[in-house]
Order: sequence, then structure tokens, then C-alpha cells
Amino acid sequence: MPCNHCNEFSRAHLLRGAAAEAGRGLPQIEPGMPIPAGTGLSRRSFMLRAGLGMMSVYGASRLGFADLQSGIARAQGASDPIIVSVFMDGGMDSLSVLAPVTDSVYNSLRGDLRLIEGQGPEFAEDDSLMWHPRATALDTLHRAGKLSVLPAVGYTDPDQSHFTSRHYWEVGELDANERTGWLGRLIDVIGAPDNPIQGLSLDGWLLPSLASTTNPVAAIDGSSYDLWAPGVWEPVDEIMFEHVQAMGQVGGSSGDAGRAVAGRTADQSIELRSTLENFGEVTVPPVYPDDDHWFCQNMSALSAMIDADLPIRCVSVSAPGSYDTHDNQAGTFGDDIGITFDTLAAFQADLEARGLADRVITLVYSEFGRRPEQNATGTDHGAAGAAFVMGTKVQGEMVGEWPGLGTLDEDDNVVHTSDFRALYCSILEQWFDVDAAQIIPGASSFARPQIIAP
Amino acid sequence: MGCVMAVPVYDGEFSEKEASRLLWRAGFGPKPGEAKKLADKGLSKAVTSLLEPPKAKLVGPEPQDEDGNFEPYDLYGHDVMWWLDKMVRSNQPLVERMALNWHDWFATGDVGSLKLSIGQAKMFRKRAFEGFDKLIEHVTTDPAMLIWLSGIDNNRWNPNENYGRELMELFMLGVSDESGYPYSEDDVREQARALTGWRANWEEDVGYENFRFDPGYHDKGTKTIFGQSGKFDWQDSCRLCLEHEAHAPHLVGKLWSYFIPTPPDPSTRADLESMYRANYEIKPLLKAILKHPVFYEGPSMVKPPIVYIAGMLRARKFGIREDSWSWISDMAGQRPFRPPNVSGWDEERWLDTSSYRGRWYAVSYITRKDQIEDVDEYLANETPVEAVDKALGYWGDPVIDTATRDGLEEFCEAVEAAIEDNWQKKTYRGLRQNALRVMVAMSPEMQTS
Repeated sequence: MPCNHCNEFSRAHLLRGAAAEAGRGLPQIEPGMPIPAGTGLSRRSFMLRAGLGMMSVYGASRLGFADLQSGIARAQGASDPIIVSVFMDGGMDSLSVLAPVTDSVYNSLRGDLRLIEGQGPEFAEDDSLMWHPRATALDTLHRAGKLSVLPAVGYTDPDQSHFTSRHYWEVGELDANERTGWLGRLIDVIGAPDNPIQGLSLDGWLLPSLASTTNPVAAIDGSSYDLWAPGVWEPVDEIMFEHVQAMGQVGGSSGDAGRAVAGRTADQSIELRSTLENFGEVTVPPVYPDDDHWFCQNMSALSAMIDADLPIRCVSVSAPGSYDTHDNQAGTFGDDIGITFDTLAAFQADLEARGLADRVITLVYSEFGRRPEQNATGTDHGAAGAAFVMGTKVQGEMVGEWPGLGTLDEDDNVVHTSDFRALYCSILEQWFDVDAAQIIPGASSFARPQIIAP
Repeated sequence: MGCVMAVPVYDGEFSEKEASRLLWRAGFGPKPGEAKKLADKGLSKAVTSLLEPPKAKLVGPEPQDEDGNFEPYDLYGHDVMWWLDKMVRSNQPLVERMALNWHDWFATGDVGSLKLSIGQAKMFRKRAFEGFDKLIEHVTTDPAMLIWLSGIDNNRWNPNENYGRELMELFMLGVSDESGYPYSEDDVREQARALTGWRANWEEDVGYENFRFDPGYHDKGTKTIFGQSGKFDWQDSCRLCLEHEAHAPHLVGKLWSYFIPTPPDPSTRADLESMYRANYEIKPLLKAILKHPVFYEGPSMVKPPIVYIAGMLRARKFGIREDSWSWISDMAGQRPFRPPNVSGWDEERWLDTSSYRGRWYAVSYITRKDQIEDVDEYLANETPVEAVDKALGYWGDPVIDTATRDGLEEFCEAVEAAIEDNWQKKTYRGLRQNALRVMVAMSPEMQTS
């Protein structure tokens, strides 16, 4: 017999195989509950009158909207530390962000993609490295002591598949079958059972690093949600929406997996519509580089949400740009890192202006770096890459030295001088005051770099 | 055939309901009356009619935008009109559906030339049922793919691993939960070398043109791939993947997943794999999948967004009359020519609150074309049953179950209960009919097949 409630079979799953993303198979929280196709957890949508956009909630099937809203209200006024995790998708070329311009190996492995000494500011802690001219925002932050820099972060036996390496970073260990994210496990430890925005994805769907087991997390996606039917007006339109939702609820309880997903989605969508009917747009403060850009809009909205005392703890968002630069790297890379880093610096300034900066750190990472030897016009997948931690409370120093290009790994890639799991352990202990052993498997085997100033 | 294939065949009732599922999963849904006609053929002939379609013909009005234009290579969004039009008007639904499936399988995004993107889609249509051994060669040398995964950037001086890696990870071998990678990083590099030699010229105002294999750009040295050594070229790359033991399981599992939402049982899977290994033919696999009991007896699948949109247009016998379908399909989560990444669309995300809104917009853009305008002249005595029947008729009388019908009739009764003044008898029933058209289309049952 085919299993009607089984979501283990889908192309997405097949394709990624063992490299599946963490969010795909969140454990169900109520025995016997069918697993919806979207996430593996029941999902409710609602809106916070405090100023959030549309929202989907993952993992709170026992609680109604009212419970969740009162849970958020109860948690308000929190002054707890927050982490914002920013993912640069595709494998960012760290050698073009911090370029070893005085290294003769660099100059021979990189042809026309090579940066030239003097084009950008010198890295303050190691004069053999130079920032990309479009990364001056990071130089400024670093010189102000607000940016910790990991020039060669990675792990042993690096995997060069996008899907697998990204998965490792998301789940916080080298296990293809782990299904919860490292931030999701943190939420399970420090979060509450009735506060979904403690773990918040800004990408509109659940980002795997936030996949939790017991406590709910949420995704938001823009700030307006309208539905209309041609030739239908009051009072019939409201009766229509009410009955579309009722039909959704009937479908949602169907024993047929496909029908159940369709029903639940209808139910949630109509709920969302009724709560968002009169919701306005968010204004982007002038400190951001481009108020029309979605990343500026998202980051400024996040800053406003934190300012509104919403009980947010962990945030996940994808950076703009496409970093899988196998070809035409010179054509896209500068603009992509430019908007990313300039917006993040603006976000930092925004937080400082609002007096919130001491509560927030921002982690910036990618699934791997790229091969030192360029191909014709781009670079192939590599191993160790760069990561950054931004904030007024960070140590603001280099973590793990720059290893140089004299010794490469067996695949001719950059060797790592820091491990992402050690980075996570430090963040958990130094920022969240949580024992990392609860969250990162094998935590005791990692030395803790100083990420947060003591 | 020398061996007896024991893939089970569905032997239950093949009514309009089953025929409708077949048309939605192996095509873009029935036009009015089509499901009934197909059901009358019986399962075997119905499947044959999809696999051996009549000569290609587009039935219905030519596409055009609001200004009467149709320039798929040059106007924004007209690429989507071009493909959606084929889905709507084709008399070869499975051919067209396989073209879409191959587009998902070999997901190619924006390559800076709509002409090349559309050229690839034409290739997928032409080779919809082609043996995979031939198809993979056409994919490997397709101009849009050569741009998308850096094939024209891959030469003997500077090997580029982009295509070689995805050829194995996504297109042909996959990664296994149990055994991990069926290839090594050395294989990735050696594949890249074997695949060298393709190039094109960049022409100002034209873009890339003159795609060709240039022996001077090819690395003629010896490569070692999957433990075999030879002076391999791009055809050897494809062949070595075909012969790899991980290929047949990957292909069978993935092809099956486009049609059935639960995995094949081990015996079916083994039979399909050996059937495939015989000659890499796709058609026998399709035939076996479309006749499999689980296809008809198993759970429903969420219709992919672009399939749903095309199907609702077909149900209305509408042509493509606006370029809005590009942003509406995007909002619904599946804009043709723009897969989210090289691994294709994620069907686990076909329906969420965002894409639901896109589907609702799609329906509204159809019903607004012929909505009842004179609602105050509508039938004053139309009963709930009559109203629902009429709305179903609007969409070509799809088969619906009692849960859906009950939900619609309850809505009708609620509208009647809201009538207080005499004038509202006609007007509210008119508004009700407009609402019912949207409600039928947006019902959970119509989102699935």
C-alpha cells in the first residue's frame, strides 16, 4: 500500500538525496498528525498587529492564533540577544573579497579576475590581504571594531556540492541526514512554545537553519496580501471568503495528502487575507543604499520589528546576488557584494541609531569558497571561504589566520584555519550564554574562538 | 522482449474521474468533454493515444498581448506566452507535458537570449519521448545549456566543472541517502576535461552564436572517469554516466515522481530499472507508469502551478490574450524559463500562502473576461443546486465529489440567507454566480489531481 501521509518521496528529496535540506522533514509534533507536503509541520498564518507582514508559522499545531498572539505579547519588551544569519547563496569567492594581492601564487592562479594592490583598502590585521573595492563597508566596520573576520572558515573533508555543503552549515554538523537546523535547536532550548517569531525567516518560507523540533518558528513574505473576485462585491464577497475558508478546512482534514495540503493552504490564505486587509507599506530609512531594493526593505523592516520590541531571537535571510560564478564572474560579483555589504552596514547603522545595536549580531556566510585557480572567466567550487560576524559587541578581530595559497588541499582548494562548528559554539556560549554541547554535536572537540568581546 | 516484465497494470474502473486524472498528470487537463471521450476508450487505448498522438496541431486562437503583439524572442514576458500557448492549444498533451518535465529536469534559467531559451524548449518538445541516451547528448550540446552551465567556457586550457558536476549530481546519477555520492571529486574534474571543446562567438547586438565543437579547444589527453581510462570526449562523458550503476535507479525514481506522489514498490522499481537498462527508452517507462495501479488508486498530487493555469484556460477554451501570464505564473510559483536554480522547481512548495494568491489571480484573470455584468438582471429563482451546476458548466463540468459540492451549495444557501430586500434576489444571485466560478476553480479538489 502506498503511504498517504508520507512525504519522503518527492523530486526535491530524490535530487538532493542525502544532501537534503534540513527544513524538509521537521518531525511532527502530534502523533498521528498527517505530515503536510510543504514543511513536515502544520502551518498557520497570521499577522501581528504590531507591524509584521504576512506570516506563516511552523510547528505550533496545538495553538490557535490567539494563543500565539498572546504568547508574543507576553514575551514583548524582551532585551534578549539576537542573531541575524545572512546566507550568500552559491559559494562566494572569498579570494575576491579579501584578496591576497601580494601573494605570487594568487597572481599566477588568478588571471584577469585578479585584484591589484591599491584597488581597495588594505585589511587592517594582515597587510597581505586587500578588501574588494566594493567591500569598503566591511573595511570600515572592521576598523571600527564591529566586524570579526574569518578569512578561511570551513571543515575537514570539504564537500563541493552546493546542496550538501549548505546543508552542513545549516544543520551545524557534517551529517547529511540531520533534519533540524542549528538555530532551530537553539530555539528549542531558549525559546517559548507560543512565540513563533523567536525564529524568523525573511525569505517567505522556512529556511532550514531555523528548522526546530518543539518550539515554533515563522516565515514572513512581504507586507500586503489581497484577493479579489471579478464581479463580486459586498456582502457576497465576505460570504465567499468565509466559505472558501470553510471548504479549505474540510479539505485540510482529508486523509488524502494532496487534498489536505490544498485545503490547509486555502484556510491559511483566507485567514491571512482577513488579517492583512488594511496593512500598509514599510518605509525604508535613508541610511540604506536603495529604498527600492528588496534586501534594503527586508533589513530595514527587521530593524523596525526589533525596535517594536518584538520577541525575535534568531533571523535567517538570503543575501541578494548569485555567487555561483563559474563564468563571467567579473560581470556580476562586484555589484552583488556591493549591495549586500552596503545594506548590511546600513542595517548596523540603523540599529545603532535606534539604540538596539548592543542586542544584535549578524553572521554572514556562504556554503564554500571558490577554487584559487580561475577557469576562463570564472571560478569553480572550492573549500574554505570567508565568514563575518558584525555587531557592536563582537571582538572585531580576525579568527584563524589567513593560510596563504602556498599549501592547498588535495583538491587544490584553500585550507581552513577555523571550523564553522567552532564558530557556532562560540556564538552559542559567548552571545546566548547557552552550553553549546546541547546544540552542536561534538562541541567539546572544538576550541572556542573569541567572537564576542569578553 | 526476452524477459517478462511484471509491472502491475491497473484493472479497476476507468471512468471520467480516472481519465481526468490521467489528463491532468500526463497533460494539462481536459478541455470540455475530453475526459469523457478518453474514458470511453478504456485505459489501454487512452494511454496509447497519449503516447502515439496525432500529428501536431494547435487548436484555437493565436496568442497575442493586449496590444495585439506576439514577439516571443523580443518582448518581455512573451516567452511565457509562447510556452503557455503550446500547453493550452496542443493536441499532444503528453508530448507537451514531457517538454515541461525535461525543462524542470534540466532546469535552465535566464541565458540572456529568449531565442536560445525557446530553442531549448523546442528541443525538449521534439525529443519528448526520445531515448535518454540520445536526449542527454542533445541537452549537453544545447546552446542555452552550453551558456547556462558554462559549457562554452570549458576548454582545454581552462576546464570548467559546472556542467560535469551537475550532469552527475542532478541530471544522471543523483546522491543516495544510503551510499552517498556515486562519483568522486576527481570524476568531476575528469568529466570537465572530457567535456571541453564547445565554443561560441559573441556578436554585439546578437549575443552568442555559432555554437560548435572545436577539436582545437578539446583536451585530447587521457582521462580517468569512474575507474575507466581513455581519451574521453563529451559523448563518452554521457555514455559513462548512462552505464553507471547509479543511473537507472536515479532516472526511474525521478521520472516516476513527475506522475505519482508515492515511491514505486521495490518490485516495480526493479522491473522499471531493468526495462530502462535494455535500451534507455523513455516511452516504455511512461507507458508502465501511466497504467500502474498506484497512479489511479493512490493519493492525489498538487497540480504544478503552470499546469493548473494552462488547464483552467483549456477548460474555458481560452487562448492567450495578455502578457500578464508571465507575472501571474511567477506569483503562482512556476514561471517557465525561470526555474529557481539548476535543480529545478521544488514541488514541495507548489502550494503555500504566496503561490495560492498567484493561483487565485490566475483564476480571476480568466473569469473577469466574461463575468456576469448585469447582476441586477440575473435569475431571481436560481436554486443552490442550479447555481453550482451552472458554475461547474462554466469550467467544462469537471468531476467533483460530494465534499466539494456540499461546500459550494452551503455557500449558495448562505447568500440566499443574506437576502433581505426584493431587489437583492436577482443581484445577490448574480454576484453569487460570479463568486462560484472562482470558488469551483479554487476548491482544494481542483488544485489536485
